[in-house]
Amino acid sequence: MSALRFDDVTIRLGGRDILSAASFVVEDREFIGMLGANGAGKTTLMRAALGLTPVASGTISVLDQPVTRGHSSIGYMPQNRGLALGLRLTGYDVVASAAIGARFGFARLDKATRREIDWALDHVDARELARRSLGELSGGERQRLLLSQALLGRPRLLLLDEPLISLDPAHQNGVVDIARRLRDELKVAIVFSAHELNPLVNAIDRVLYLGAGAAVIGPVEEVVTGPVLSRLYGAEIEVVRIKDRFFVMAGDVDVEHDAHRHEHGDHVHAHDRGDAHV
Amino acid sequence: MAITSTPTIAATRMFEYDFMRTAFAASGVAAVLAGTVGFFLVLRGQTFAGHALSHVGFTGATGAVLFGLSPLGGLVGFTLVAGIAMGLFGEKLAERDVAIGMMLSLALGLGLLFLHFYTSAATQAAALLFGNVLGVDNSALLTLLLMAAASLAALAFIVRPLIFASLQAELAEARGVPLRFVSAAFLAIVAIATAECAQIVGVLLVFTLMVGPAAAAQNFSRRLALGVALSAGLALAEAWGGLTLAFYSDWPTSFWITALSGVVYFASIAVRRLAA
Repeated sequence: MSALRFDDVTIRLGGRDILSAASFVVEDREFIGMLGANGAGKTTLMRAALGLTPVASGTISVLDQPVTRGHSSIGYMPQNRGLALGLRLTGYDVVASAAIGARFGFARLDKATRREIDWALDHVDARELARRSLGELSGGERQRLLLSQALLGRPRLLLLDEPLISLDPAHQNGVVDIARRLRDELKVAIVFSAHELNPLVNAIDRVLYLGAGAAVIGPVEEVVTGPVLSRLYGAEIEVVRIKDRFFVMAGDVDVEHDAHRHEHGDHVHAHDRGDAHV
Repeated sequence: MAITSTPTIAATRMFEYDFMRTAFAASGVAAVLAGTVGFFLVLRGQTFAGHALSHVGFTGATGAVLFGLSPLGGLVGFTLVAGIAMGLFGEKLAERDVAIGMMLSLALGLGLLFLHFYTSAATQAAALLFGNVLGVDNSALLTLLLMAAASLAALAFIVRPLIFASLQAELAEARGVPLRFVSAAFLAIVAIATAECAQIVGVLLVFTLMVGPAAAAQNFSRRLALGVALSAGLALAEAWGGLTLAFYSDWPTSFWITALSGVVYFASIAVRRLAA
């Protein structure tokens, strides 16, 4: 059984083909790192698997079943954009609101649901964190807490959208370790999107690289190469490997690293310091 | 004088009047509804929508008076339609505030036009704008009570998806929560609460019961359930406190309610600062 299968999938948004006739398979219990430039369609791909973005053609199946909205076998962690409104609330209340939030009719927070919430919190070591309000948590702690929500309902496939965004390297490693542990303990497949390969490279089984409407899946050594990435980026790309670290360079600009800078509005020095990471 | 020395006698005297008993009941019903609904309005960051709805209600009420209909009916009808329309605008519309602001000024302008045609409406207009809780009669009280009960029941029905969608819209959508329906249903409930508040403090001061207690409650509490209860309790205390103060001072009720609401809100900010 495959966890996630795209067959000849084309997704069109605003007149642009985000994916065109893309096919790939994520196997059960596989940890996949999903990479690609900004706008390559990482979030769109996840939303399509969740049934939130329609496909123009082709089929997507999750655990050998066609995609449906609100599929209980998928755990999703959206990209963290703010969450400014509930920052005063305790983490527990936020997670609890997700646990019973899909039910109309004044659902009670019963014992079974509380146990389920504790189970999810324990798996990301966040039981203690949940007592505090979200605003009091560090970025890494908050990501762990939000990650616990993806475990509610005991899914078989986790779609984690940029869990490392705006975390420092130590916290990045912490989140990746937790994801790897979840794969082993809960026997789930994970698709983990990121800007940079390096924090993930020792944890993932294979990499899924998006670009120019295509999706290429395979072992890191086979996918993260000059020829493959040149095609995906539509530009001459060179991959420099130093031990376990990969540097994806266009000319002498580190593409992945600078993409990350752009996301945080750090525009000033992203263009003119291409040799900084060599 | 009598207030400080013999409070029980003074209180008894206040409740000897029929209109005071009705006013206490009406403002109590409206305050509990406003405090509860307002908590979610603040949680969602939609206070401006609530403010705008009350102005739309002004148009509905003046229009109804002009055509010889019940002002309360016009108020409820207009806010309800406008609330559902705003909800259907969607969660992510970037220009939402501009659209709501335009709706607000358009509504007030129309209300002004209706007043212009209805020449003897000066007192009626003042009552609409600033409230006239002492003028609520028994049949109006019954209407308020029924509307509040229906609104709270509807809120209870959607409250779980509403909280989920308010805090994490994308995750809620992925889990199958119908965001647009929840948003429209909630603003319909807000519309009813707005119409009720307008009866007590007037359309211009709806903010004072809908947003003031709710915002204060969120400063005081980090728990959801406690926050909702606190918000409703504060709104009730402010409404009844305002009525009592108005009875003894002979100053307008709406003034006292806004004053209490403001004091509580700014105190909550101070408490939050000190606690941080």
